[in-house]
Amino acid sequence: MSEKGQVLTANRLRDGEVVFLTRAGTWSENIDEAALAIEKEAAAGLEAQGAKAVAATLVTGAYLFDAERKDGHVRALHIRERIRTLGPTVRMDLGKQAEGTAGAFAALD
Amino acid sequence: MYRYDEFDHRFVAERVSQFRDQAARRLSGELTEEEFRPLRLMNGLYLQLHAYMLRVAIPYGTLNGKQMDRLAYIAEKYDRGYGHFTTRQNIQYNWIKLEDTAEILEKLAEVEMHAIQTSGNCIRNVTTDQWAGAAADELADPRPVGELLRQWSSLHPEFSYLPRKFKIAVTGSPHDRAAVRVHDIGLRMHLNDKGERGWEVIVGGGLGRTPFVGVTVRDFLPEAELRAYLEAIMRVYNLYGRRDNKYKARVKILVHELGKEEFQRQVEAEYARKPATNVELDVAELQRIETYFAAPAYEELPKFSTGFENARIQDKEFAQWVKVNVAHHKQQGYAIVNISLKPEGGIPGDATAEQMRVVADLGRRFSFDEIRVSHAQNLVLPHVKRDDLYTVYIALKAHNLASGNIGLAGDIIACPGLDYCALATARSIPIAQGISRRFADVKRQEEIGPLKINISGCINACGHHHVGHIGILGLDKKGEEYYQITLGGSSSDDAAIGSILGPGFAADEVADAIEKILDTYLGLRTGPEETFLLAYRRVGEKPFKEALYANH
Amino acid sequence: MPIIKDGAFAPDPWVAITDDQPIPATGDIWVSLARLDSDWGTLCSHAGELGVEVPNTTKAEKLKPYLGKLSLILLPFPAYTDGRAYSLARLLREEGYIHDLRARGNVLPDQLQFMKQVGFTSFEVTDRFPAEVWTKAAQHISAVYQEGYTEPHAARTAIWEARRARS
Ligand code: SF4
Repeated sequence: MSEKGQVLTANRLRDGEVVFLTRAGTWSENIDEAALAIEKEAAAGLEAQGAKAVAATLVTGAYLFDAERKDGHVRALHIRERIRTLGPTVRMDLGKQAEGTAGAFAALD
Repeated sequence: MYRYDEFDHRFVAERVSQFRDQAARRLSGELTEEEFRPLRLMNGLYLQLHAYMLRVAIPYGTLNGKQMDRLAYIAEKYDRGYGHFTTRQNIQYNWIKLEDTAEILEKLAEVEMHAIQTSGNCIRNVTTDQWAGAAADELADPRPVGELLRQWSSLHPEFSYLPRKFKIAVTGSPHDRAAVRVHDIGLRMHLNDKGERGWEVIVGGGLGRTPFVGVTVRDFLPEAELRAYLEAIMRVYNLYGRRDNKYKARVKILVHELGKEEFQRQVEAEYARKPATNVELDVAELQRIETYFAAPAYEELPKFSTGFENARIQDKEFAQWVKVNVAHHKQQGYAIVNISLKPEGGIPGDATAEQMRVVADLGRRFSFDEIRVSHAQNLVLPHVKRDDLYTVYIALKAHNLASGNIGLAGDIIACPGLDYCALATARSIPIAQGISRRFADVKRQEEIGPLKINISGCINACGHHHVGHIGILGLDKKGEEYYQITLGGSSSDDAAIGSILGPGFAADEVADAIEKILDTYLGLRTGPEETFLLAYRRVGEKPFKEALYANH
Repeated sequence: MPIIKDGAFAPDPWVAITDDQPIPATGDIWVSLARLDSDWGTLCSHAGELGVEVPNTTKAEKLKPYLGKLSLILLPFPAYTDGRAYSLARLLREEGYIHDLRARGNVLPDQLQFMKQVGFTSFEVTDRFPAEVWTKAAQHISAVYQEGYTEPHAARTAIWEARRARS
């Protein structure tokens, strides 16, 4: 069973690292820890939290993307976001995929 | 090579401290991202897919060993041990932290480098022929003018908030290796009967969404007037270039919408209104700069190098590499060594810190401490004695830098695409890797002959796909990557924009498609001297279309 | 909105007269370009100083006949990335306009130096930043390559000239 929804992502301001907003309202480097908003209102809530974090200069460029959750793991639907959750597909030794923060189910295909 | 004097040092140091202040104001929240964005871009700092990306300027693609060593140091200390050489003769790092950037710029300033205007809607790094100063066919070294324009355009108070980015390329050779017809301004040197230098001024070329080949607005502009005349062009563009639509904001659109004659009239009117005052100052500055570009102290060498000839006989691979990668030098006994950054299955333009150090060292020992970056994302040792070629080759080979594919099917230009770039619609690197593996056999590449395969990961065309003999553009169709193929482009003297062949291909079909195109070419060419481009121009797209889409 | 002039926050003696307001008999006033065109007769004999705001799409030639009578020209920056007013300012200076040239709209500290270099002399700014920020921002780069872009009274070196003077 998978649920579809939206995840809020941004880049951490000071180092640019790709991060995801969690249910606890913190930012995680790992998409598995991301809050998945199923309802429109929930997504708007994530956006509002994102705007606050942008104003507080924690992150920059916050936006929502489509994702699904399956067996407790989160995966982006579009390839662009999947690459952001992994790292460059041509350098498997770099990025989240190499640092163990890619999420359990965040394969490219 | 140009060296900074105290003014250049002061200028760059002040720019670094200005950026330090801007970054601190951003981190403290005083500046919003919207306000900071143009400021960081004007210093080459992007926010990309995985992190910040810093693009460092390599003015007109020339650098020395110390600078290359510093680039290696930055790759190791602040990035992930590598860098990517770009089609604009720059280098970019993919994993930079905002909080480190000012420090990196400081380290660059120590070796007379910077990241000024490597992005943003301003005049970008001036590019030129990677063989400048060495090529056998050159009239004169275009780099003094490149340096003059670098200085003139650096923090130009009037032209830093243009409608869109602005790229200038210069060439001093009748054989255009700088793609001057597809730049916002292309400058091409000519000599008059008296042997004086003048410049053909070409405006409004460019790739991107609406590709154009530029038009010549002056056939022979006296060198002394160059800066003043460019100022007139810039002013017309700054005032009247479109700002309502980012895709229509480049000067090519202004030239196109006004028409060549009207654009020319406006520029000439502006130029006449404001006579070229103080051209003596330009002349004095140009003369000062020129002293830095005096030819190196070449040795008088015989035409024939016994060591080189012997090595060529004994080592077939070396002979092959020489045939493809080594070019004629204007000085007898010397050669131009092109170092391919396109190993089989590699990432075009990427070099590790270690490879950078190897090239830096070879440059110091064998090329008068000069290195070049080419717009095809390769490196060049411009002045190597033929006697030293084998030593250089062996050293390059030990570091996977001796691929003998310059100008052939394996020498693919590819932008970073969706693996790194936030604007991308599809990946370009894996496509390049696939084609490179498919045509790994050098014999086969040689049989096919001169070929430019250029790949971009979106319509912005950083991979110059429009001017590839074969161009590949990555697009997104409902979340799937697919690739459009164009044929017949060229960025050289015979500049042309390629035309789209037909429906696009999925990622795993591209290498097959390229192979079919090339097999078709091999089957129909009149002989090996008819290159792919010539054959395409003779027969048109029909046979290629049939080969590709017959069963569809 | 605060005005910066001669490197410091300054009071603004100018009064903006909108197109539907009558022209007062006295006082330093500025009007729109349209008003300048339509009421030139009246404005010509205005007792106080006269200024005008012109859109950044105006051709410099259009202002030429008025220049002798004007002592303030305001050029707008609708967005701070819209750089047309830099060229327009420069053109007006080249046409011989010597009085106050004011930047308004989206004017931020990091643009101040360029604005000064092309000939702006006063700035209508937001009150978000303290005076030091503005002062500092205008002084970051003390040496410039472009000939003829060093404003009077600024401690800026024109590099090419300095080099020639030295040699
Ligand atoms: S062409 Fe597109 S994908 Fe490639 S580098 Fe340029 S902007 Fe990025």
